[in-house]
Amino acid sequence: MTGPPPATPWQRLHPLTPVVRAGRVVLPLLVVLAASAPGQQGSSRSPVLPYDLGLIALVVVLGVVQWLVTRWRIEGTTLRIESGLLRRDSRQLPVARIQAVDVIQPFLARVLGLAELRIRLAGSSSANGRLAFLAEPVAQELRARLLAAHHGLDMATPEPPEHPVASVPTARLVGSVVLSSATLVSVALVVAVAVSASVSRAAAVALGGTLVAYLFGLGRVVWRRVAEQYGFSVGQAPDGIRIHRGLLGRVAETIPVRRVQAVRLVEPLLWRPFGWCRLEVELAGSAGRDQGTRSGTVTRALLPVGHAAEAGLLARGVLGSKDPPLAPPPPRARLKAPLSYHFLAAGHDEDLAVAVTGRVRKVTCWVPLDKVQSVRRVQGPLQRRLGLSTVHVDAAGRGVRAQFRDRAAPEADRLVEDLAQQARRARRARPEALDFGASSAGPGPPLPRAVDRED
Amino acid sequence: MALVTTTGSGGPDAVPGAGGQWRSPSPRLWVMRRAEVVVACAVVAGAVGGAAGSASAAAGFGGAAGAVVLGAAVLVFVRNRFRSWRYLERDEDLIVARGVMFRRLSVVPYGRMQFVDVTAGPLERGFGLATVKLHTAAAATDARIPGLERQEADRLRNRLSALGEAKAQGL
Repeated sequence: MTGPPPATPWQRLHPLTPVVRAGRVVLPLLVVLAASAPGQQGSSRSPVLPYDLGLIALVVVLGVVQWLVTRWRIEGTTLRIESGLLRRDSRQLPVARIQAVDVIQPFLARVLGLAELRIRLAGSSSANGRLAFLAEPVAQELRARLLAAHHGLDMATPEPPEHPVASVPTARLVGSVVLSSATLVSVALVVAVAVSASVSRAAAVALGGTLVAYLFGLGRVVWRRVAEQYGFSVGQAPDGIRIHRGLLGRVAETIPVRRVQAVRLVEPLLWRPFGWCRLEVELAGSAGRDQGTRSGTVTRALLPVGHAAEAGLLARGVLGSKDPPLAPPPPRARLKAPLSYHFLAAGHDEDLAVAVTGRVRKVTCWVPLDKVQSVRRVQGPLQRRLGLSTVHVDAAGRGVRAQFRDRAAPEADRLVEDLAQQARRARRARPEALDFGASSAGPGPPLPRAVDRED
Repeated sequence: MALVTTTGSGGPDAVPGAGGQWRSPSPRLWVMRRAEVVVACAVVAGAVGGAAGSASAAAGFGGAAGAVVLGAAVLVFVRNRFRSWRYLERDEDLIVARGVMFRRLSVVPYGRMQFVDVTAGPLERGFGLATVKLHTAAAATDARIPGLERQEADRLRNRLSALGEAKAQGL
């Protein structure tokens, strides 16, 4: 805290901010007006219009006021955002605690050359910082400065270049979205309609209505996923993993590698013929509107759909070490887990715990040992009879853990002790920078491995 | 090397280099649980006996006796559960073991603690007991120790928060 660099002058958001904010409300309203105008008589239209115009004016005025009272500046290694007219909100975001920095461009903002900067910290979503909207170059520059400071470098350090690792072709993306379990349901519905049509016409009509409604919902979901992940590309840079995606609005995410709590590789049954998989990382912090529903962590797709080789390369880049050897549980575990035994495997070394689980969907979960929150051993009645135990390695968040399922009891006992000790050692070896001193004086963060280091 | 043997006989010698010894909740927790079961059993027996007794006296006695037998079975189960709770404070982490059917053992490093909760419901307060719960950033962490005497609960809380602060680790 002593002798921080001088604070920069206060800065405002971009003057076009109210336009973009209001646009969200105004555009749908205009669409509704335009759609309803031709069908209506002149007499019923006149009272509607002033009301709508009044609403639009109100939104614009509120937007301008919000723009007027919002300002931000960098004070040393803290980003400070002040906003609010009646209830002032002064928010300080220490760069050392940044979990991720995103540059988000909704469609209208993209057209106008603006971008929103969103800074995620651990903890509740109310602790996150939003700067909406900035001119795009300003947002990019501020992100570079925040990330440089986060890694203990001088803020003026230019943004390091990124090496592209993988991208998702549109055809594969659409295919992956269509090949979901929701599709199976719709196929089943179509079959049901066809069968019932041969039996009775009335039943077919009733079922057909359900089918149409369902397909409409499915179409919306497919559209949203495709629009969100369109043009997905992921790259590695010394300041973190960089993700670019989006069809109408673009999103650029930057995830500092050392903030990753766990990595998960999911291989759904329907994707297996194509050799596709999904790679996700768990970050501390609560989910925003556009993220997963789980609280406690944010799940981010590092690769929404890709090949095993790409996913493996990315996972190694994030985890920074090789996979420990995996071992299946003893054969008698088949009695306890007949449907998932074929996938069950787990292993650990001094850096990582890895576990594979799943019945039809194969899930591999890596937890870096320095992120382990607790180690648990659970033994159910059936497991006791078979001499088995399950060991859970918990990472931050809800349901984020590597499960060493159905290991032999003596091995599980050893595992608990061993994992606890290794986790302690790993925490000491890689102390986390919570205070600024440690972050700026330290030797620097563990950088992701070079991308071109193939196996 | 086994932390706690699977047969559940965890003693002070079960952990090499342990900085302490296994402790258990207060015997008063057993008194409290027993009181809970007995009262609940009496209420159920009264209700069943009364309802069935309006039909015939024999059915009433039978129903009440059935409820009492059931209560006795529950009492045995509750006693085993009470006996299964134990915890061990080591130099770096806290270990909590519990469960009869599903045996659970949690190892929580002090450095990972986010906060410590001490709660005491009306009944627990009446018996001078409290529950200590450790929270980490992982929702699955279930390190909870019920039925500690107030003094022990306060000691544990103070020690845990002091250790947690000294060894705190970021996410």
